[in-house]
Amino acid sequence: MSDQSNKKSLIEKITQTQVWRAIFRTGIPRNRRQRMMVMLNGVFLHLHPVRLPKHAVKVKYTWCMGGLSFFVFLVLTVTGILLMFYYRPTVEYAYGDIIDMREQVPLGIMREVHRWGAHLMVITVWLHMFRVFMTGSYKPPREFNWAIGVVLLVLTMLLSFTGYLLPWDQLAIWAITVGSNMAGATPLVGTSGPGSALLAIGDVNFITSSSDARFAMLGGRFVGEGALLRFYVLHCIGLPFVIMIFMIVHFWRVRKDGGISGPT
Amino acid sequence: MTQSSTTSDPSSNKEIKCNDQSIDRRSFIKWLTVGWAAFAAVLGGYGSLILRYLFPNVLFEPKQSFRAGFITDYNLGEVSEKFKDQFGVWIVREQDKIYALSTVCTHLGCTPNWQPSEGKYKCPCHGSGFYKNGINFEGPAPRPLERFKIELSDTGELLVDKTKKFQFEKGEWNDPESFVLV
Repeated sequence: MSDQSNKKSLIEKITQTQVWRAIFRTGIPRNRRQRMMVMLNGVFLHLHPVRLPKHAVKVKYTWCMGGLSFFVFLVLTVTGILLMFYYRPTVEYAYGDIIDMREQVPLGIMREVHRWGAHLMVITVWLHMFRVFMTGSYKPPREFNWAIGVVLLVLTMLLSFTGYLLPWDQLAIWAITVGSNMAGATPLVGTSGPGSALLAIGDVNFITSSSDARFAMLGGRFVGEGALLRFYVLHCIGLPFVIMIFMIVHFWRVRKDGGISGPT
Repeated sequence: MTQSSTTSDPSSNKEIKCNDQSIDRRSFIKWLTVGWAAFAAVLGGYGSLILRYLFPNVLFEPKQSFRAGFITDYNLGEVSEKFKDQFGVWIVREQDKIYALSTVCTHLGCTPNWQPSEGKYKCPCHGSGFYKNGINFEGPAPRPLERFKIELSDTGELLVDKTKKFQFEKGEWNDPESFVLV
């Protein structure tokens, strides 16, 4: 009996310390108002709506594909950071480091988790898009969020594309050779694209194989050490930074456009 | 604003007067425009610098031109792969001439393999095939392989210059710079 009251007073003592109260402003949510305040005051929870309509939590309706895409993105972020500890993006080391990640590094499955996760994210993003289309959730007032979603899809593909080169095996090098040659066919700014000859003064052509869009992308005339480093930096820093900004806006607008769409 | 200036409270009158002296609508809009223009100019300037930054001045790649030895180094009918790995060029010796053929597939840029037994270049990526002279005959390649400028130096050595290319479909293979007569 006295033991229990001691316990209770200990909890009370802890929850009444300045440190505790400074961190948890709202206290334990015991009523509706406090539950609301918890959602509104926390930086992570405030992206969530205070209340959810019943249909919005039905897996049958949403497939949870948006949430899964974000979850897989988090997995990819964590595993990706871990892989960076063992991977060196140079022609000399890249391929060997990838092999070592499987053969020598503890938990050799880390790289595979990142790879499978990457495939999975492309799949979940597509299925999310499919669900949004089939439920008509792209319609006003959500039409702008659909456009942001299309940007997120493109960024997902670009992350996939830049990550493709990093193993530095034959498949990677030739896949990126093929992919980057499409950049060379860009109208006006690609050397083999239509209209590239228009940007010239007399005989001097400004768009050549060492000054076109493909060259800027690869940092060279072919897929070499420049391309490997550029793709690495874009894959690890550049594109994740951009996609996170777009994701923030995407999630925010889901809320502000009236939450998850419901059956009409 | 104008409403409050008509009030009789002396302290607020003073404040409004002070504000009126410092800035009016016309100069506010003027300076706003100047400010945004300056901001846009800085952003544009910085943006173009970043764009230029993406194009390296020095490349750690093989040179675009190289010496390919003497004509006598090549046997009649031979496709030499001596310079394939480093420079991406096959040296082909025919009955009457010798020329430098690009090893870049005209489909999507992979490197085909020379198959002497079949007498063709075969691309491993999507299966394009080219005859020994570079003309495409199978697979998705839309046009023949390109040839590069080749000439004899004063010492009689072959010089290949990859900065100048010759395309069959433009009729450029008849250009005397695209081959060396044997």
